Amino acid sequence: MTVSAGAKKKKFDREGFIYFLFIVPVIAYILLFKYKPLTGWYYAFTNYKVGMKSEAVTYVGLKNFANLFINEAYMKQVMQVVLNTLIMAFMSIFLSSPLTVTFAICLNEMNSSRARKLVQTITTLPHFISVVTLYSVVYFMLSNSGFVNTLLLNWGKIDTPINFLATPDHTYLKMWLYGVWKNLGWNAIVYIAAIAGIDQELYEAAMIDGAGRLQRILHITVPGIIPTFFVLLVINIGNLLNTGYEMQYVFQNSMNLKYIQTIDLYVYNQGISEGNIPFATAVGMLKSVIALVLFTTANTLSKTIRGSSVF
Amino acid sequence: MNAKTGKRKNNRIRLTGWDYAFHSVNYFLYFVFTLLCLYPFYYIIINSLSDGTMVDLGRVLWYPVGFTLSNYRKMLALSNIYTSAVVSVLRTVIGTVCGVFATAYAAYFFSKPNMWRHKLWYRLVIITMYFSAGLIPGYMNIRSLGLLDSFAVYIIPGLISVYNMVLIKTYFESIPAALEESAQIDGAGVLRRFFWVALPLSVPILATITLFTAVGQWNSFTDTLLYITNGKLYTLQYILQMYFRQADILSKQLANGVMDSSIVENMVGSISTASIRLTITVIVTFPIMCVYPFVQRYFLKGIMIGAVKG
Repeated sequence: MTVSAGAKKKKFDREGFIYFLFIVPVIAYILLFKYKPLTGWYYAFTNYKVGMKSEAVTYVGLKNFANLFINEAYMKQVMQVVLNTLIMAFMSIFLSSPLTVTFAICLNEMNSSRARKLVQTITTLPHFISVVTLYSVVYFMLSNSGFVNTLLLNWGKIDTPINFLATPDHTYLKMWLYGVWKNLGWNAIVYIAAIAGIDQELYEAAMIDGAGRLQRILHITVPGIIPTFFVLLVINIGNLLNTGYEMQYVFQNSMNLKYIQTIDLYVYNQGISEGNIPFATAVGMLKSVIALVLFTTANTLSKTIRGSSVF
Repeated sequence: MNAKTGKRKNNRIRLTGWDYAFHSVNYFLYFVFTLLCLYPFYYIIINSLSDGTMVDLGRVLWYPVGFTLSNYRKMLALSNIYTSAVVSVLRTVIGTVCGVFATAYAAYFFSKPNMWRHKLWYRLVIITMYFSAGLIPGYMNIRSLGLLDSFAVYIIPGLISVYNMVLIKTYFESIPAALEESAQIDGAGVLRRFFWVALPLSVPILATITLFTAVGQWNSFTDTLLYITNGKLYTLQYILQMYFRQADILSKQLANGVMDSSIVENMVGSISTASIRLTITVIVTFPIMCVYPFVQRYFLKGIMIGAVKG
């Protein structure tokens, strides 16, 4: 500690630079795998087709974007796809979140801690299976020869099996329910943690004052988890369009395609399955930009309302 | 926690009628949902252990009928099962080891605020969590790097998870600086401090991240879908997905009336065997089921860390 301030600073710089040298591979990796793909946006402005030589690729300007608005077939598809994405996203925000909160609160009200732990362990399990396995589970439960149909047939409730999977009916609801089955227990953990963090003295005081169960929930538990709720809400709004395509891909079939196709799946189907790379890139680009706007808006909202940004 | 349970017990003495009603409904609902989460797995397992004709007739609902292991034998006789199982295991092991190491490595150096231009580099990395070029540009990038149809595509693109990196970095930052300083005074270099001070002190978070990464690797199927056409590199998840997909392709082609009879024969051969789907589902879920009860606390810890951070 007798080293002079100047010498200390000089030593620090050298160390900082060494750290930098060690991080260079990481930065190079990030540039290569996260930033370099941005150059691929170039394809949205070309007439590229799979297998085309790079000399043959020509610049076509905004034609692919214009297609979205001029070509009626594309426009119709994209409108439906955006609608699907929004409906599924809003369902997951406005139905799943309250359900998850309710699940956590009522679980906390269980008076046997062993039962609580057991429920939590088992309901979290489905979160860890893959989407392919999820499909498998749903298939063996709901297909024509699945558990539900067999049971109903045996009981004589129906004469012919109900086809739950290969039908366009109630696609949104079904996808939502599969999601709930898989993730409800898992998503509740955050809230359970938040509830565990609430000061127990508040409950005791409320009970002495004669507050009933409902009053304790409404006036202590709910206010206690609102901050968590809000943070997750903002994150969900920021991720509104990022529904992903894994689950939709696995569950899609020729019957439900119209309703199950989200933006991400549409991009996959157009780009990879159909080989329409420029158009798919254009759609993906628009999505990325809108997602960024949504994300910034959500973050700003949270800043103004709560005084702190989530990200 | 103890005080809490104690209070609950006191509470139980003066339960009112409403409390009983509430608890009955509450317990009932959780019982139903828990059963709903558990039964499908049980159903699949008993069907995989039952006689194929009984399965097709829908006789197997509550317990195995005509107990047999022949379904598993049939499945193991499929030529592509062994290779895909090996690919699945290898990608999980290699992908997890390399991924966790690379992520911890990045986290360690980013936990040093005196790094030259620290803020700039850190921001550069963090932004990628919120903004990506998209599916197709990502695919084109992988293609231009020559990673299509190579085993490396399972490992390299997911090597560093930025989110996990932030979690590990937060943990590194909570380690008292004095520990590293004393190692430094004893003459330990940067890498030695990373390997012998920071990593051993961060076992809890590393265990959590390892489990998450391993589950992610094992469950992943979209990378096979996107980047792999060589059947020798298919994973179990992808094979399972293929067996389900075939039914839809078949029905689509039948509907369009464009079906070659030889293709029908070829495909029906694999479709009629629900047992193959059942057994692969069991195999694919088995490792997770086995490991899950033991590691659950790590998973819970993991999401808590994430929650505190978020």
